Amino acid sequence: MHIELRNLTKIFPSRNKKSGEEVIAVNDFSFTIPDGQLIGLLGPSGCGKSTTLYMISGLQKPSGGQIFFGDEDVTEVAPEDRGIGLVFQNYALYPHLTVKQNILFPLQNLRGKDKMTKEAMIERAYQVAKLVQIDELMDRKPSELSGGQQQRVAIARALAKMPRVLLLDEPLSNLDARLRLQTREEIRRIQKETGITTVFVTHDQEEAMSISDMIVVMKLGVLQQIGKPQEVYNDPANLFVAKFLGTPPINIFKGTVRGGKLFIGESAVLDVPGVADQDVHVGIRPEGFVLDANGPLTCQLSNVEVMGRDVSIVCSSEASENPIIRAIIDADDRLAISGNTVAFSLKPHKVFLFGAQDEKRIRPSEVK
Amino acid sequence: MVDSKHQWKAWLYLAPALVLLLVFTVWPIINTVRLAFLEGYSGMKAAGGATFTFGLENFEKVITYKKFTLTLKNTLLLCVLTVPISTFLALLIAVALNSIKPLQKTLQTIFFLPYVTNSIAIGMVFAAMFNVVGSALGTPNENLTSVGIVNNILQIFTGKDHYVSWINSNSPEWANMFVMTVYIVWNALPFKILVLLGGLQAINKQYYDAAKIDSTPRWRVFTRITVPLLSPMLAYVIITGFIGGFKEYTSIVGVFGDKMGPPDAPGRLNTMVGFIYDSLAQNREGLASAAAIILFGIILVVTFINLWVSKKRVHY
Repeated sequence: MHIELRNLTKIFPSRNKKSGEEVIAVNDFSFTIPDGQLIGLLGPSGCGKSTTLYMISGLQKPSGGQIFFGDEDVTEVAPEDRGIGLVFQNYALYPHLTVKQNILFPLQNLRGKDKMTKEAMIERAYQVAKLVQIDELMDRKPSELSGGQQQRVAIARALAKMPRVLLLDEPLSNLDARLRLQTREEIRRIQKETGITTVFVTHDQEEAMSISDMIVVMKLGVLQQIGKPQEVYNDPANLFVAKFLGTPPINIFKGTVRGGKLFIGESAVLDVPGVADQDVHVGIRPEGFVLDANGPLTCQLSNVEVMGRDVSIVCSSEASENPIIRAIIDADDRLAISGNTVAFSLKPHKVFLFGAQDEKRIRPSEVK
Repeated sequence: MVDSKHQWKAWLYLAPALVLLLVFTVWPIINTVRLAFLEGYSGMKAAGGATFTFGLENFEKVITYKKFTLTLKNTLLLCVLTVPISTFLALLIAVALNSIKPLQKTLQTIFFLPYVTNSIAIGMVFAAMFNVVGSALGTPNENLTSVGIVNNILQIFTGKDHYVSWINSNSPEWANMFVMTVYIVWNALPFKILVLLGGLQAINKQYYDAAKIDSTPRWRVFTRITVPLLSPMLAYVIITGFIGGFKEYTSIVGVFGDKMGPPDAPGRLNTMVGFIYDSLAQNREGLASAAAIILFGIILVVTFINLWVSKKRVHY
């Protein structure tokens, strides 16, 4: 079942009555989440991603706009009638109940035609427990489980009543780095196996990129870009998205376009046909640099970090907007580095131009 | 750890508190135990140079006194009646208070008022509310026109001439007990509400969101989530409630005066603490000490039972 958000808006009234300033947490949000996909809502803290999730769940009421589950308008439907499973950031497992009782809890609430027999409930509980691999822990209390296990129990509880939509709020934020890697694969696997349309919220771009079918990038309540992770990475719509995605982060230079050529400092680094003369922000992905003794872009070398397969060149330039520039090149090319300066040529498809004022993407008429 | 060279300083700083505790708490406790075992001890006689032998006579006397068994019965009855009722009501009120937004602070203050009001004063108000004005002291032919507000309300339903003598002469014992139960429950509510409300507000709201998503019926949310998560607080108010209940005294003085009963049956509602005071008033300190130790023993046992039960019932 797909989920459609139409002009969804959430305004929080101001806390300070005198100033009367409202907070627009989510501003005129419209997009469609295709059926059976894993969607990452991504953005820095305070961008309205959790608010969006809670509006989909129904725990928060939108100030405007509509939410559709399939063809059904659920904007006014109470959370319990939406058929959703929600995993809270800190899991919200009932501390006084065992894992089994926690998973059974939503099943015992089912009434009418959905009412299950005791045996069926137990069977279902073990079924979802097996899916998230916690069937060995059924008689433990949440306090006796590790963070990762609690996370699985929370997912099992959310899945037990076979929701139409699974929502996860920062599902990995309480886990340590190693567990995070493992659990995100786990979430991916569970989502694939169940085929439930799943939306999760994260501020970690790597997390979102690695497991999502689609990512939705937000900033200050405004939708920035939506698309497949690789597409968004390769074709950012604005400076914010370009900066937010990618590790190591993108390098930003001050640049100027003159006569169809892009200048960084005094050297023309790239042809940009069809772009009017103007000042621009130039974003270059770390992997967009090519070591080239005769290359147009020269930087002061400060450090070379060897990371096995790759080499990371840390350097600086007057024209850079950040104190350091980081370029990633193949380890085999390392021999070419010598002296205090390093010269690069650029891969055109890894270089993005953004307007100096509006920070929107400027596209040359043909990309080589 | 304090450096041994400066330990005397630590003792010096502690001295004011320690001296007061020793003089007014530790020594009286020791002395109470001592007096309890001095047969027939009386301060007056001791001052006159009499000596007393060690023995259990005080305890024997206390338990064989009819008066004492009456106070024991009254005390137990009041505890058993008031602690469950007040705990249950406090829980309902706390949950209700917690679930409303407007006027919450105002209502909280109103519910807290009994806590900061003198219990003798409350008792007098209760006495007035349950009074039958005119009948108790009036002539047989007096036309009864004015009664307390409780009887006034009852008369709306039962007719003009009908009234219950709650605390006056000829009042039945159940009516006396009823008045005391209402009074003690009302007086015990604020503290319990305060503790339970604090407990409720400490419960993570996400449990309720999670329950809502799972379409949990209200009653089930209350019994399966709120009560278990509140169980440590509930155990606390029940245990302190029983301890307070066994020490009940001022409430009865407040309503009935120091006769501890209606005018025609003084002492009918006397409690264990009342018995201790009475013995003291008769210069029978040995007897009073023995009764105090018995009371202490009962509270100790009941508290252990409470703790034992709560270990099984209190979650996490």
